[in-house]
Amino acid sequence: MLTMAEAVREAMSIAFDERPEVFLLGEDVGIYGGAFGVSGDMYHRYGSERVLDTPIAELGIVGAAVGAALSGMRPIVEIQFSDFTAQAMDQIANQAAKIHFMLGGALHVPMVLRTPQGSGTGAAAQHSQNLEPWFASVPGLKVVVPSNPADAKGLLLAAIDDPNPVIFLEHKLLYKIPGRDPVPEGSERIPLGVAKVVREGKDLTIVATGIMVNKSYEVCEKLAAEGISVTLIDPRTLSPLDMQPVYESVEKTGRLMVVQEGPAHAGFINEVIAQMAGSSSFGSLIAPIKRLAGMNIPIPYAPQLEKAAVPQIEDIEAAAREIVKNWR
Amino acid sequence: MNKCEGQKMSANPLLMGHPLSSTEHARHALLYMCRIRKFEEAVEDLFGRGMMHGTMHLSIGQEASPTGMCMALTIQDQITSTHRGHGHCIAKGADLTRMIAELLGKEIGYCGGRGGSMHIADVETGNLGANGVVGGGIPIAAGAALASKMMKKGTVAVSFFGDGAMNEGAFHEAANLAAIWKLPMILFCENNKYGMSSSTEKAFAIDNLADRGKGYGIPGVNVNGNDVVEVYEAAQIAVDRAKKGEGPTLIIAETYRWKGHSRSDKNLYRTKEEIEEWRLLDPIPKFIARAIKQKKLTQEQCDGIQQEATDAIVAAVNEAVKAKAADPAGLLDAVFKKVSA
Repeated sequence: MLTMAEAVREAMSIAFDERPEVFLLGEDVGIYGGAFGVSGDMYHRYGSERVLDTPIAELGIVGAAVGAALSGMRPIVEIQFSDFTAQAMDQIANQAAKIHFMLGGALHVPMVLRTPQGSGTGAAAQHSQNLEPWFASVPGLKVVVPSNPADAKGLLLAAIDDPNPVIFLEHKLLYKIPGRDPVPEGSERIPLGVAKVVREGKDLTIVATGIMVNKSYEVCEKLAAEGISVTLIDPRTLSPLDMQPVYESVEKTGRLMVVQEGPAHAGFINEVIAQMAGSSSFGSLIAPIKRLAGMNIPIPYAPQLEKAAVPQIEDIEAAAREIVKNWR
Repeated sequence: MNKCEGQKMSANPLLMGHPLSSTEHARHALLYMCRIRKFEEAVEDLFGRGMMHGTMHLSIGQEASPTGMCMALTIQDQITSTHRGHGHCIAKGADLTRMIAELLGKEIGYCGGRGGSMHIADVETGNLGANGVVGGGIPIAAGAALASKMMKKGTVAVSFFGDGAMNEGAFHEAANLAAIWKLPMILFCENNKYGMSSSTEKAFAIDNLADRGKGYGIPGVNVNGNDVVEVYEAAQIAVDRAKKGEGPTLIIAETYRWKGHSRSDKNLYRTKEEIEEWRLLDPIPKFIARAIKQKKLTQEQCDGIQQEATDAIVAAVNEAVKAKAADPAGLLDAVFKKVSA
C-alpha cells in the first residue's frame, strides 16, 4: 500500500515518463529528495535537469515556472511549506491565475504548484496553516485537496494534464500513511471538479476537505456501529467545486455538517454552505447546518494548544451525534 | 511546442540587424520609433477626447530603447513588458489596429477588451505580455529562458522593466536564477529616472545601476537609451552571449519619459527645465540626422517614413473605432483554457 508521498511521486514519475516537457523545480527537491521526501529518488532517476534544485526564492521559482509554462514546458513547482506561497503570491494570484483571461486567451499556464499544508507537526504558526480559501478565492486557479493516496495519484495526473494553473495542497500528516483503498496501478486520471461520495448513509451528510475527510470517516465508522448512518462527501477539488452530490445527499438525509481544518471566518467550507443555502435542496434540511472549523487564531505551538486550534475526531463525533439527536 | 512555430508571420515581420547597416534597416528603425511616438500621441488624444477610459502610461521620449533592442531579436525570441509597454509591443511587431482596439475595449483587441493598455500580449511575435505589476514580468522571462534552454530552442528572452523594478524582490530573484543557470536572458532596464515620483537618486544608494550586475556575476552595461544605434549594439552583444550559453546581461538604457507617469501626474517631482532638456535629446531627430549623414536615408525619405507611421496609426484608429465592442456574454468562459478531451 502506497503512502500519499509515494503516490504523489508515482504520479510525477508517470507524467515524467509520458511527457518530456514535464519537470519538477523547487527548494531541496534534488539530492535531498524534498523536505518531506516526496520527490525522493527522482533526482537520481531523472537527473538534475528535470528535477531542478533552486535557491530559496519562492517568487522567482514560481515566476520561472509561469514563464516556462508559457513557453512549452509543463512545470511542477514544489513550495516547501504552503505558508511560503505568501512569498510567491504575485506570481500565483496576479500572473499565473490571470494570464489566460487577462491577455486574451492566446496564452495559458499549464503549471502545477504542489505544496504541503496543515497543522499537527508542532511547527507553529508559520509552517502549519491551511490556506485553502486563499487560493479558492482567486478566479483562474484550480485547487485540489487530496485526502488519500489513490486520489492524490489520479488527481495529480489530471492536474499535470490541465492547461491551467493548479494549486495542489497536500496535508503533511497524510504523507506517511497508506489510504483505505490501494492506489491503482497504471495512469488513470481522476477528473478535476468531480466530488467523491466516500460512503453513503441516510441520517447525516458530512462534507469535509483534506485531512478532515479521514477524521470524519473514523467518526462515520463509529456511529455506524450505533445505527447512525452518514454520507461522507469529499469535494476533492475546491475549484471547480462539484455540489451536485451534496444536494442529492441532503435531499435524503435532511442534515448537513461541514468540516474544515482552516479557521471558520471566511473559510472555504462556507462556500458549500452558501451554495446549499441558495439551492432548491435547502428546503430538505430539517436541521440548521453545522459548521466545524479551526479557531480564528494562528496555529499555536504546544501540542495541546495546537490540537485545540483545529477540529479533532472527538469534536466531529460530538457534533454529528448532536445534530442527529436534536433534529428529528 | 514553441508557440511561435508554425504560425503565420506578423503583418510587420521584424527586420533584424544594425540600424545603419542599410537603407532598409535605417528605414525600419525610424519607422518603428515613429510608430511608437504616433501611437502614444494617438492614445493621449483619444483619452483627451474621452474616447478611452481607464489609465495609460505613455513612453514618448523612450522610443529608441525598445526599437534598438528588438532589432537584435528574431520573431521567436520572447519579451516580457511593463505597464509602460506600448513601445515594446510595437517594436516586437504587434498589430496596431488590435492594440488600439484593445485600448478601446473592442472584441478584436489583443485581449478581447479584458486587459487594456497594461496587458497586451502577442503570441505570434513572441510577446508574453505587458504587466501591471512592477517587476512581474522579470521572473516570467527567466522562465521563458529556462524553457528555451531545456527545449534547446536557441531563443533568447528579454525582460523590459524600469528603474523602479530594480528594487523589487522579483528582479533580484530572477536575476540570480538567470545567472546561476546561465539562462539565455536579457534584463533590459529602461532607466527613465523616476519610478512614478521617486527619482533614482532617492531610490538607489548607488550611482550606476549597471553595477548591480556584479552582484549576480553577470555583465552590467550602460547605454544611451535615446540612441537606437547604441542600444542595438549593446543588445546584439547581449543576445550573442545569451545564445552562446554564457548567460544573462543587464543592460541599463538611460532615457526619459516626457509625459507624466499616468493620467493623474502633475509633474510635481521634477522641473520644467529638466523635461525641456530631455526633449532636446529626442531620439527620433537624432537618428534622422545620423542616417542622413551616413547616406542611409534622405530627408525626403525620412519625411515619407514619418508620414507612413502617422498614416498607419490613423488607419488603425479608424478601423478600431468601428470595431464591435467587447461582449460581457463570454466572460465566464474565458477564465480557464478548455481541457481537451
